[in-house]
Amino acid sequence: MAEAVSANQKWWAGGRSPFNVEYGKLMMWYFLMSDAFTFGAFLISYGSIRFSTNAWPNPNDVFSSFPGLGHTHLPLVFVSLMTFILIMSSVTMVLAVGAGHAKDRAGVVKWMLWTILGGIAFLSCQAWEWTHLYHQGAWWGSNPFPNYDGTQATTNFTNFFFTITGFHGFHVFSGVIINIIMLIMALNGTFDRRGHYLMIEKAGLYWHFVDLVWVFVFTCFYLF
Amino acid sequence: MEHSHGHTSHDNTGDSHGFDTKAIWRTFWILLVITCLELIVGMFIAPRFPHTTKIWFNILYIIFTAAKAFYIIAEFMHLRHEIKNMIMTIAVPALLFIWFLGAFLWDGDSFKNLRNKLDPYKTETHKAKPTQPIHGEEPLK
Repeated sequence: MAEAVSANQKWWAGGRSPFNVEYGKLMMWYFLMSDAFTFGAFLISYGSIRFSTNAWPNPNDVFSSFPGLGHTHLPLVFVSLMTFILIMSSVTMVLAVGAGHAKDRAGVVKWMLWTILGGIAFLSCQAWEWTHLYHQGAWWGSNPFPNYDGTQATTNFTNFFFTITGFHGFHVFSGVIINIIMLIMALNGTFDRRGHYLMIEKAGLYWHFVDLVWVFVFTCFYLF
Repeated sequence: MEHSHGHTSHDNTGDSHGFDTKAIWRTFWILLVITCLELIVGMFIAPRFPHTTKIWFNILYIIFTAAKAFYIIAEFMHLRHEIKNMIMTIAVPALLFIWFLGAFLWDGDSFKNLRNKLDPYKTETHKAKPTQPIHGEEPLK
């Protein structure tokens, strides 16, 4: 925003990146575009099946539990907590990137640790949710929840839910692994020797993307 | 170790602008408030209305989701601070989603209508009754 780019700067005249970003960061963006279409294909096939079905289970009846509270009726509360955890870990990730800009190794280490902790917390929440649903009889090929109008539901509901949240959870898991590698590299001083912390930015893009996908998964499965 | 810099100048990474911590926290609060609104609408308001009004809540949720996506991409992923050419290489291919969503949801809806019309004895469509025998055919026995 504050960057003063003159209108007649010759970006394509050679000698510098015409997009004004580092090659690896640009390629991370394009990878994330392809990943967005993968998730888009998953979610749109889910939408397509829902549009082809007369009735569907009500998410407020399915996802209404909270750990340690027994059989409560608190729809959306637990999954909102998961959303909050992921947003919070996105914030700590940006702060790690910011510390990287300032070449502040201790700051990078601190914020990366918080980000990793957030990722692990999210995965733990998801593990609890999956276990709870499994004990209720929900799994691939098995759906104990009736449609909102009381009719018999198909297993499409659970199949899509476990496939898509599982695929997203696998992305979170990969992100945690990447962040742990970034943390180790930061601790070893690799980025200080390189003179820049651009790797943190690339890992950060991936991490925010995981958060972004969750926003859509949240809407598609828990709100619609 | 300088393999990622194929350039001659000392700082050509596109990150010469300052890092704005205030903007990050502002984005955080916006995302948190939208999530809380979604929670309130989904938990307390939507269940009070009949299921036929669900479409209006879904439209509201789509608006909330789009707003959250915008703030995550623009601020956390920093895209709005990149130069226009770069933004366009991301934004223009993303327009494919318009076709993608439209075509496939339309297809699903059409499939549902056809099946309700032509295969009314399917379990999940038990409530849907064939209104008229299909033109020129005897009613099914």
